[in-house]
Amino acid sequence: MAPVQIRGTVLTLRRVDAYHAMTLVAPAIATKFRPGQFITVAVGGAETSMLGRRAFAVHDVRPDHGGTVEFVFEARGPGTRWLAALRARDVLDTVGPLGRPFPIPRDPSSCLLLGVGYGSAPLFALAARLRERGCSVDYLLGAESADRVFGALTARRNGRSAAVATADGSFGARGAVTGLLEQIIREARTDVIYACAPVPVLREVTAIAGRYDIPVQASVDVPMACGTGVCMGCVLPVTGTDGITRIVRSCVDGPVFRGDLVRWDDVGTIPFDALGAPGWAGGPSGAGGVRGGGQPPRDRGVQGGRPPGLAEHLYAG
Amino acid sequence: MPADMRARLGPGAQAELPNLVLAASGCAGAGRELAQFVDVARVGALISKSIMAEPHTGNPAPRLAETPSGMLNSVGLQGPGIDAFLQRDLPWLLSRGARVVVSIAGQTIREYAGLAVRLSDTAGVTGIEVNLSCPNAENAGQPFALDPQRAGSVIAAVRGSARYDIPVFAKLAPDVTDIVAVASACVAAGADGLSLINTLLGMAIDPATMRPALAGRYGGLSGPAIRPVAVRCVWQVRAAFPDLPIIGTGGVRTGRDALELLLAGASMIAVGTEIMHDPSACSRVLKELEEELAALGVDRAADVIGQAHGGLPRSVAWRA
Repeated sequence: MAPVQIRGTVLTLRRVDAYHAMTLVAPAIATKFRPGQFITVAVGGAETSMLGRRAFAVHDVRPDHGGTVEFVFEARGPGTRWLAALRARDVLDTVGPLGRPFPIPRDPSSCLLLGVGYGSAPLFALAARLRERGCSVDYLLGAESADRVFGALTARRNGRSAAVATADGSFGARGAVTGLLEQIIREARTDVIYACAPVPVLREVTAIAGRYDIPVQASVDVPMACGTGVCMGCVLPVTGTDGITRIVRSCVDGPVFRGDLVRWDDVGTIPFDALGAPGWAGGPSGAGGVRGGGQPPRDRGVQGGRPPGLAEHLYAG
Repeated sequence: MPADMRARLGPGAQAELPNLVLAASGCAGAGRELAQFVDVARVGALISKSIMAEPHTGNPAPRLAETPSGMLNSVGLQGPGIDAFLQRDLPWLLSRGARVVVSIAGQTIREYAGLAVRLSDTAGVTGIEVNLSCPNAENAGQPFALDPQRAGSVIAAVRGSARYDIPVFAKLAPDVTDIVAVASACVAAGADGLSLINTLLGMAIDPATMRPALAGRYGGLSGPAIRPVAVRCVWQVRAAFPDLPIIGTGGVRTGRDALELLLAGASMIAVGTEIMHDPSACSRVLKELEEELAALGVDRAADVIGQAHGGLPRSVAWRA
């Protein structure tokens, strides 16, 4: 569904431990939203000096006031500090819903929802959708400390199980979420993992899941400036099911990717064999060069656009 | 009664634009991104992201850094290449009724000329904008735009290769000692008009990491921070070439900003970085500009072009 740009009215803004949760009246966004999608807001008011829009995963939508959208953020820069100082009835330039949502299994499955910090915010709307489809939901949440674990109470209340890990041991197990992952996969007989976490965690989750042959739907947390695909800032190297690596935009081709298709080790680089990179066979020199993994087909007809495979999933949308 | 906002890129009938507010190169994606928020048929023209002969990955991330009223980018001309553009992006835009000015970039003069040939064989190209800020592979990566002679050579090659009825605009970099000298070289080489200005080279360093904020180290600065530079460049070029069509671009955020560039001598306006901040900026700026002109009691936008120069003639080339 196409996103819309609206003037959302702040309904509530509340503190949730180390974070803030803002609810906007935004019926046109709420009615189109699917779990995993995000919104962007303009910050700083009409004469702002901050040109980048701020992107936030949608935590929840509700039908009251015609439709509300809630998102969670941490006040850690001038833009988010400005947001944290807003009050009820203030108006916010809001665009959404944006990005590809989480794909949902066709058949009832055992789903593990993994979130780090306030990255877990989009998991709860996903859980509701999964339960409607007869799936079971286990949670694995983590953060540096107890006040940075988001949604543990909700997870305990509505998950089949809920595990927590904190780096300082102030809540749940001491250590990283990935330390608990294998045990939960085995005990819960996990069929699919949904993960919202920093790139290094997603890389490790994908590697562990790969050993158990479990698909990962990874929502990436990559800085964005526009959210609509024009700025080309939020790029990642992702391999399509055709074997070709492309530099894709996480705002329009993601933020949810199949974990095994993202080249996690190459995030922040341009892999030599990516389409259009110096090592690409059809590159400017035509000289070929070293190709990493596999032989990308030379068919020019498939280049660009939404990468084949990213729109296809093991699961129905 | 709303002011007449029509504009022309060149003398031909196909170079007529319904209004003078364009979407700047690199800020409107392939058009589809923008079309979710504005009717692309009602944008004066959409200037494509710079297209090269082959697909390019661009630079590694991080590619963007927000600066006060500005945006630094080192995207590095990521793009699908001319084949995919002509197969996929251009037909889609034309099917939506958009007018498309194709921005081209090359690492050699031959690449620019080859792109002009390809576009001349294609129906529906309203104009060509030559992005001269691409690194010149034959001159140690120095952008063509920094040297009048090299900039002129590119324009001569493109003008010589492009179909006669496709207007060729040269997009100039402001990072030069004498913008009028570069403009003169491009005009002498046959440019039908100029786009002023491209981004300024800038840099940001992240104190937390003590490293450059961009993976590409330097980036092009755009946004309202550079608008005074754009106004100055448009003014200087207009003073030297009073009848030359100029697409004024650089930090346009509101109708009033657009009016400022028109007064300096731009005959059209392109909205760039503001599209990232407000995806419906093109239609909003047009509406605000109409309101500004109505408040001034002006019935044709063309009548304000270059008015800040006072003594200069009020005539505008190819006025409708």
